[in-house]
Amino acid sequence: MDLLGGIPHRELVTVHRPWPRAIVDEDGWRKAIDRLASGELTLLGFWGEPEAVYLAMLGEAGGIAVISLACGDGKFPSVAARHPPALRLERTIVDLFGLEATGAADTRPWLDHGAWGRHFPLSPGPAPRELGRYPFLAAEGEGLHQVAVGPVHAGIIEPGHFRFTANGEHVVRLEQRLGYVHKGIEAQMQHLALDVASRLAGRTSGDSTVAYAIAFARASEAALATEAPRRAHHLRALMAELERLANHFGDIGAICNDASFALMQAQMGILRERVLRMAQALFGHRLMMDVVVPGGVARDLPRNGATELRRLLAEIRRVFPRLVELYDNTASLQDRTVATGIVKPAYARQFGAGGYVGRASGRTFDARRTLFYPPYDELSFEVPVLEAGDVNARVWIRIREVEQSLSLIEQLLDPIPAGEIVRPLEPSGEAGEGMALVEAFRGDVLVWLRLDGSGRVARCHLRDASWFQWPLLEAAIEGNIVADFPLCNKSFNCSYSGADL
Amino acid sequence: MRRTLLESLTHGPLTEPPPAPDPAALAELAGRVTQAAQARLGRSLAIRQVDAGSCNACELEIQALSNAFYDLERFGLRFVASPRHADVLMVTGPVTKNMREALLRTYDATPDPKWVVAVGACAADGGLFKGSYACIGGVSDVVPVDLHIRGCPPSPTELLQGLLALLQHVEGNAG
Repeated sequence: MDLLGGIPHRELVTVHRPWPRAIVDEDGWRKAIDRLASGELTLLGFWGEPEAVYLAMLGEAGGIAVISLACGDGKFPSVAARHPPALRLERTIVDLFGLEATGAADTRPWLDHGAWGRHFPLSPGPAPRELGRYPFLAAEGEGLHQVAVGPVHAGIIEPGHFRFTANGEHVVRLEQRLGYVHKGIEAQMQHLALDVASRLAGRTSGDSTVAYAIAFARASEAALATEAPRRAHHLRALMAELERLANHFGDIGAICNDASFALMQAQMGILRERVLRMAQALFGHRLMMDVVVPGGVARDLPRNGATELRRLLAEIRRVFPRLVELYDNTASLQDRTVATGIVKPAYARQFGAGGYVGRASGRTFDARRTLFYPPYDELSFEVPVLEAGDVNARVWIRIREVEQSLSLIEQLLDPIPAGEIVRPLEPSGEAGEGMALVEAFRGDVLVWLRLDGSGRVARCHLRDASWFQWPLLEAAIEGNIVADFPLCNKSFNCSYSGADL
Repeated sequence: MRRTLLESLTHGPLTEPPPAPDPAALAELAGRVTQAAQARLGRSLAIRQVDAGSCNACELEIQALSNAFYDLERFGLRFVASPRHADVLMVTGPVTKNMREALLRTYDATPDPKWVVAVGACAADGGLFKGSYACIGGVSDVVPVDLHIRGCPPSPTELLQGLLALLQHVEGNAG
């Protein structure tokens, strides 16, 4: 409640769980913006409905609250005008719902590229909009030139456009233009039954499918005021840590490869493949899609599962330290990663950057630790934090997190609590709202939803960690050479699909 | 580094024998590949991957084709950075409307003869995103598709089966 203390509000919504949602008027909305802008509160989420906007905020002590403002006249006071981390989310709200952010400085569209055949797809009525040519931000000066990259990139990666302005080799400004993989997930979600909606949530960003499925499940369970069985929590965490391992292995290898050190990618690729094969053997899917379901998990660990997993852990513990040593002792590699692409701790804090991007720049937040959602409340682990904020620090955070995940998996197996793995969710007959925050490998995923009385999704918003990381990449590359961009970009490994929705 | 390298030399390759080409893929390809194309391309294919709206799961599995277990390049198949160097476009995703033009331009930039392989459930018919205001549906609604490799996402083995079928056809060995 202290979090809502300085924010005048009318009433608390009783069906919103587990954190409070307060209905505010414009005065309360502006007070919340003040507290975000002053750094007292961190922005967790910002989403819309046809006639309302919502802010989710995190307090310094780890408290969380949501406020909502009805905008019957179609307008709300701009958050981004005072608090830049809200900018892309605010432009998205305008694009999807046709609401107007009064006082906004940047009114360019974000997801709407003018290709949908309509504007404001989530607003009830059609409305006209003029979309001209997209104006990129200017950078002027003698000798500056522009380099346009994308949306189709050279590697096997997702599409997005990067506009560099460079002075010789040095980047003066990078501006991202994303939205190319906008699939309309939030519209597709509406009116879906929970099982299908959960599958859709698991395809918001395929590399984090387990984390999304857990976040969606936890939000549904919160909305229905129920809790998954204890064994399911353990199995979910087991999958989440396997997902983290696979992605961190892939990332460490790919970062080194972008510094032309291919041996590391080959070796890390082997470890990643071993984890995925284990996932296939234990859970029937290499990426573990659709195994986590609202209410629990869809399949149990096979009888030899724990033994197999321990064998995998032993293999990783045999090989991984040697590769870490190799990373640390290769001067030509360090030459590329140390002091490259620095994210200032002040930015990480202001933007509430999660995952290795935040933790390599001094931000201690990890949803597993700050919120202690089950089963992490029963487990012992450290959250590694560094201050340097460069590519090297983001590699080291991943290395340390691999070690923590290995220990977590060991603890989870010792032993997995007996009992049921799913408790089917029953519609409550009335509307309910739930929110969940889950630590994916790249940072915290937020899912907010409202279920109608029949248990179908009335509205669902999914917020990837990338929303608050992408803008920092623009800052991190400034003053670096263009050729180091792939390295910086890979060290962030933001999701395009997760942020384009 | 020396120890890691030496160990790789001594413990034998991880690379696995190739899977048999997928019979369904062979059937789909029958008649698509002309004699002229076979003569011009020989035994190797350059692949350009295009993400047209995938959730990135398909990309992860396509990337895995290059790891030590699958080692795609041993078949003469390799990924290239530009469509101008490509024989095959490997397209994923339900083709978002925001990517439609980029996909068309990539297709146009690829020299003839060329093949399009649609990868994943979304690329077949839009998958879970079918009917979205922001998606077109299947890849074949935008560019002609020669081969579908289904799955959500298809595993590297399934991808290999499809690609080997394509390669066999191009080589002219298929029955």
